[in-house]
Amino acid sequence: MISRSALRYRKLRDRVVESFLLLAGLVAVFTTIAIVAILLIESSAFFEHVSLVEFFTDTMWTPLFADAHYGILPLVAGTLTTTLVALAVAVPLGTTIAIYLSEFAPTQVRETVKPILELLGAVPTVVYGYFALTMVTPVLQKLIPELPGFNMLSAGLVIGLMIVPYVSSLSEDAMRAVPRYMREGSYAMGATRLQTALRVVVPGAFSGLAAAFILGISRAVGETMVVAIAAGMQPNFTFDPREPAATITAYIVQVSLGDLPHGSIGYQSIFAAGLVLMAITLVFNVIGFSLTRRFREAY
Amino acid sequence: MSTSSASYRDIDALRQDLSRRKLIDQLFVIVGLIVMLACLAILAVLFIDLIRDGAPRFGWDFFTNFASRKPERAGILAAWVGTSLIMLVTAFCAVPVGVAAAIYLEEYAPKNWFTAIIEINVTNLAGVPSIVYGLLALGLFVYQFDLGQSIAAAGFTLALLILPIVIVATREAIRAVPNAIREAAYGLGATRWEVTKDHVLPYSTGGILTGMILGLSRAIGETAPIITIGALSFIAFLPQSPVKGEFPFLSFEWLKDPFTAMPIQMFNWVSRPDPEFQANAAAAGAILLGMTLLMNGVAIWIRYRYRKKINW
Repeated sequence: MISRSALRYRKLRDRVVESFLLLAGLVAVFTTIAIVAILLIESSAFFEHVSLVEFFTDTMWTPLFADAHYGILPLVAGTLTTTLVALAVAVPLGTTIAIYLSEFAPTQVRETVKPILELLGAVPTVVYGYFALTMVTPVLQKLIPELPGFNMLSAGLVIGLMIVPYVSSLSEDAMRAVPRYMREGSYAMGATRLQTALRVVVPGAFSGLAAAFILGISRAVGETMVVAIAAGMQPNFTFDPREPAATITAYIVQVSLGDLPHGSIGYQSIFAAGLVLMAITLVFNVIGFSLTRRFREAY
Repeated sequence: MSTSSASYRDIDALRQDLSRRKLIDQLFVIVGLIVMLACLAILAVLFIDLIRDGAPRFGWDFFTNFASRKPERAGILAAWVGTSLIMLVTAFCAVPVGVAAAIYLEEYAPKNWFTAIIEINVTNLAGVPSIVYGLLALGLFVYQFDLGQSIAAAGFTLALLILPIVIVATREAIRAVPNAIREAAYGLGATRWEVTKDHVLPYSTGGILTGMILGLSRAIGETAPIITIGALSFIAFLPQSPVKGEFPFLSFEWLKDPFTAMPIQMFNWVSRPDPEFQANAAAAGAILLGMTLLMNGVAIWIRYRYRKKINW
């Protein structure tokens, strides 16, 4: 016989364990709250000195100079330019590879390539930064002689190459989740594999593909080391990828490398920049999630 | 008959159309293969170049020397010791919390708005740019908690960063355990925690280990967050030793020591114009790359082994 007190003890222990587990689950919630709180508190100190109008309309970002300007536009322009260059590489290549792997490749090829793609996703970004600066830029300079040593083109291309494995791996998962009978229906109507892929599988997997690209964009926007190393860290209000410029992330790195006193305006400015970065990634995530909901097909 | 000649023409047209579509299909097979191989080839060339650039630096001295103003004498001693200690802190924080959170979400959590909030948070945190974790750490750990620019601050930061990875991997591993096993244990009168501890967790060890290693391999290469908390790149001393000669033999003073780490050291060398330092950067990068690939390889191997061992 199990004694009643032993049973009570076990039940009590269960309850105690459960509350510890819940506490661990709440760490994720606390982290989010802490991120938002820290960014808002430090930025609000920043916005006591800088008006929102100046922040969003001034076209110069020089918080560390004597003649200080606090316009976020150059950093946003840099971020958008490198992201667009990266997407111009990653979207066509990633989709092509995903369609090939999911619909055409023999099983053996897919089983070999998929782990390699996942492995590539784990390469530290600082290594990709080294590639951009010391290998890609010299090649580009042969094609475009007037290209400066630091430029957004090389950084964007390498970010694009960096997110290709990520995007194609996620897209491939989404396309493989499309049920076989949908493909068979298409084949039965006389469609080729490519027609089936483009008109049945891609629309069917749209939510997954959208999520893959949104996550890719999010990564490109938040990518730090490649741009910090290869794009130069000078804020420059331009959308020309051939020029050097700083992104939001590169600015945060630049300030962190120096030794700014806690509480100074320069210190607060990186939190304001971080807040903008968070807002941009949040917008992309919201768009991504709403796309996912709208196009989700129930199987 | 006029109808049959019309359908003959239709069939010719159909055949032409079919062969055209099949040709495009075949073309795509070639294009897809070329694109994929080209991407892999470019990355392979970059990796080979990295190793070749760094090759002259590989040697015992590189691992046992501190950073130096003279590129040929500079090494990564402080960097690899720092990285190892940070990983220790990260693993000790992220793994218990991540596994516990995953157990809660899979085995305990009721289906309600509260659980939904936790799940949304885990998903969202995975998408937060890593440098934002650096800002969080700078504001919270470095200044609010007064940890300073220490190994502890870096370890906690990276632990938060990889928490979603550990949670997601553990949840997948737990979900793969068939319900019949849980029900059998419940049927014998086990409590929920007993079911989890004695049955679910042992079966999901492989998946949990895989998630842990993948998380750590992400943390080991993260540069931006630890630059943000203010890691120094020129450090010519080691943190205090965790093992002491006298009682109690273990010391945690090293947690408060300033540090540098492999990716920081590499970044520092990359940003110097002197090509001699670029060779150091390449060597450090190759070692870092080797470490991440090795960890991922081990993770894949563990996943494979456990999958083979378990027969439901």
